[in-house]
Amino acid sequence: MTPLSGYLLIALVLLPLVTAALMLLMGEGRRPAKAIVNVFSTATGLAIAVMLLLGVIESEAPAAFSVYLSGNWPVPFGIVLVADRLSALMLVLTGCVGVAALLFALARWQHAGVYFHALFQLQLMGLYGAFLTADLFNLFVFFEVFLAASYGLLLHGGGGKRVRAGLHYIAINLVASLLFLIGVAVIYGVTGTLNMADIAEKISLIPDGDRGLLHAGAAILTIAFLAKAGFWPLNFWLPPAYAAASAPAAAMFAILTKVGVYAVLRLWTLCFPPDAGTSAGFGGEALVLGGIATLGLGALGMLGSHHLARLASYAVIVSSGTFIGVMGFGSAALTGGALYYLASSTLAGCALFLLVELLERTRQIEVGPQHLDDGRQALPSFQDIEPPPGINLDDDRVALTGRPIPAALVILGLAFAALALVTAGLPPLSGFIGKLAMLTALLELGTPTAWMLFALLLLSGLCGAIGLMRIGVRHFWITQDRPSPHLSIIETLPIAALLAGIMLMVGFAEPLMREAQATAESLQTPRLYIDAVMSTRPVGAEEAAP
Amino acid sequence: MEIVISIAIGVMTSAGVWLVLRPRTFQVLIGLVLLSYAVNLFIFSVGSLSVDREPIIRPGLAADLTQYTDPLPQALVLTAIVIGFATTALFLVVLLALRGLSGGDHVDGEEERP
Repeated sequence: MTPLSGYLLIALVLLPLVTAALMLLMGEGRRPAKAIVNVFSTATGLAIAVMLLLGVIESEAPAAFSVYLSGNWPVPFGIVLVADRLSALMLVLTGCVGVAALLFALARWQHAGVYFHALFQLQLMGLYGAFLTADLFNLFVFFEVFLAASYGLLLHGGGGKRVRAGLHYIAINLVASLLFLIGVAVIYGVTGTLNMADIAEKISLIPDGDRGLLHAGAAILTIAFLAKAGFWPLNFWLPPAYAAASAPAAAMFAILTKVGVYAVLRLWTLCFPPDAGTSAGFGGEALVLGGIATLGLGALGMLGSHHLARLASYAVIVSSGTFIGVMGFGSAALTGGALYYLASSTLAGCALFLLVELLERTRQIEVGPQHLDDGRQALPSFQDIEPPPGINLDDDRVALTGRPIPAALVILGLAFAALALVTAGLPPLSGFIGKLAMLTALLELGTPTAWMLFALLLLSGLCGAIGLMRIGVRHFWITQDRPSPHLSIIETLPIAALLAGIMLMVGFAEPLMREAQATAESLQTPRLYIDAVMSTRPVGAEEAAP
Repeated sequence: MEIVISIAIGVMTSAGVWLVLRPRTFQVLIGLVLLSYAVNLFIFSVGSLSVDREPIIRPGLAADLTQYTDPLPQALVLTAIVIGFATTALFLVVLLALRGLSGGDHVDGEEERP
């Protein structure tokens, strides 16, 4: 790795922050300019994330961790940013989802609120930061940054349903954040440090009397993460909130739950590896059982959903449940398959949430003007997207909207079928490949809980397939003489791009799976991570020391 | 002093949990505020409670926590207060928006049917 790569880490956090500040300075109008800056910044973020991922994949063990010391403080004292294989993978996923959601929003949703672009960039900043930081309290700060932005994005577009779902969402996340703080405080009290690598190193030195306290702190912290990851029984807020959110916001939310999942995976593999003495694998059983319960609830929810938005929300729950349940076994082969599945299900979830709105639009043509909401407060109708005469909000807003594409219903149908295959995990698309890898590894494990998860994985695929098929039939087959919906290129492009990404994952399944396995194996040996972080010296320290 | 602090944390937490579980939005808000006070005190207390000790190392005194107080939890509390305050203010805005949209102060936007 070149020495430059350390600065790439901080650039990934600073770029969205500066862009967001710029958006606020640009005031309320000038949407075309804002859109261009936003697209440019988000695409640059994705490019940096891809560079980081390629960098860490190509390097061997010590250089496979790109470490940046913010403020040039020596290691255990300052905040450290670390990119390894896992976090770089999550960064790339964030970038992909961000670009897709933003392009989709350019068509219509950016007009529904003034601060959409600023909130969007702040959410990206929080996400990038949360995936990069190696400091527990800094993780809390980045969590709050992207959560605060997500509160705003959830309410984007207004309406009674969104406000009601938003109130529940904010209340639950505030309580979860308080649990997060309690967990961090207990862990700090026991280990005397907040640096994740330092905590992991001190775990084996903790006296037996304090070990219970450490476990309690870790458990409380994990509950906070799991509440955000949509884990049973802490996930009843998720379907209403995600189904109520506007399409681009919901598409971004597809990655929000993955932050909780990532945090659990990162801290659990780091702090409780098999060689951690009495703490080895602490809570693994609970993660597996909770994952099974989450998976079961998500599958039932998918079976019972009549709306695609709700079904997509339950698909997010299924994805979290599968990943955490599989991860809890602590086997590298399983986690590798799960990582591949996570990437595929995140892209599919994002595309599904975008597709929801286009499909709802075909229904609205049929049933008249939109009554998506409960009727008391209708959604902002986009009929009057042209400003009233005399009010000049933007310079030329027709440029990005309009331009209907031909054969819209056929394109929507094909996209829906492909996404249904991925979400339900049916061959030949990437959902199946990920599931197959997990199922094979579960068979080798052969314990009763592994068998239970094996059966549930298959069953949830069936439930998802039934639920999706019912919605597909209702949308595409039942009514023959339905007018073709009005789609613009800019709205179809992100869905097509996400599908192309999924197809690439299928085409390059073997090398990607190999990389996923290597990632999982590097997670099983936390010593590499700890050494990489602890051995980093501040810039210029060699010159200063005699 | 430990007993006083722990009783204070306990009372605020229990009151906060009870209020958060109430059906009125304003009660939930006050509950969240009380909970965040309790959590802030808790963070403060993990840095070992002490009287008349400074967080700055002075010559002549051994640099360990029997002589000094730990400055880090205080910095953490400061950050937690700021973030908690901001998100609570945001919650208040949503609370008022829901009040305006639904005309009631029930957390679900409508009264339960008997």
